[in-house]
Amino acid sequence: MSAAEPIEGCFQLMGGDFTNAGAASSELKAILAKRGVSQEVERRVAIAAFEAEMNVIIHAVAGTMHYTITSEAVKVTVTDMGPGIEDIELAMQEGYSTAPDWVREMGWGAGMGLPNIKKNADLFSIDSVVGEGTTLEITIHIKDRPC
Amino acid sequence: MELQRIVELVEGKIVVSGRSSPGSGVSVTSVYSTDLMSDVLHYAIRGSLLITGLNQSQVIRSAEIADIPAVLVTQDKRIDREMAELARAKDITIISTRLPMFTVCGILYEQGLRSSRE
Repeated sequence: MSAAEPIEGCFQLMGGDFTNAGAASSELKAILAKRGVSQEVERRVAIAAFEAEMNVIIHAVAGTMHYTITSEAVKVTVTDMGPGIEDIELAMQEGYSTAPDWVREMGWGAGMGLPNIKKNADLFSIDSVVGEGTTLEITIHIKDRPC
Repeated sequence: MELQRIVELVEGKIVVSGRSSPGSGVSVTSVYSTDLMSDVLHYAIRGSLLITGLNQSQVIRSAEIADIPAVLVTQDKRIDREMAELARAKDITIISTRLPMFTVCGILYEQGLRSSRE
């Protein structure tokens, strides 16, 4: 059986757009379901993507979510035009957040976003420049590489 | 536990009937109770019931992403059209009860349901 062709795509994310917040991750989840990946992979990608998407909605002016799906892995890259992260090590700690109170009232900003992404990713990298923006690269393996 | 039984126990009403609607025979195996959506994504397990006091569309998005089939909103919080429409689109059941969260959790615990995270 031949492996499925790689597919890729991109979603535009608008900062502050809470009405559509999560729509990109929802669509990516549906694409993965259609693709026939396991429910576990589908859920892990969706959770990591959703947390990354929410970070853009909460903190940035705008951003993009780019995805590539091969027979081996799902790679999601989220790039934003946001304030950047001053101390990445601190931001990775559970419970640390710079989100304002009104965001917390919507159920977000509890400081679990980046740790949640790391927990669900097989590979995770974060690159941030204060005053310019942040890029997250999230990779989740669909299956182990053959030995 | 079947959702129909949960509705009866918490004296609830169905606001949106998804594929897991009471009467469909769908059961939940565990419960997760929180108003923090990242906690839902972090701790709730697939197929559990989410109990929350938050009446926002973000609750439905989080349920969808985390494969949670039903949400129980406490204290008669008003479910607005946006939240209800998203739940319908994503096939997620919304149950509403006048009871507060602590009481709801106590009732369901007493009946044998347990948290997604012990």
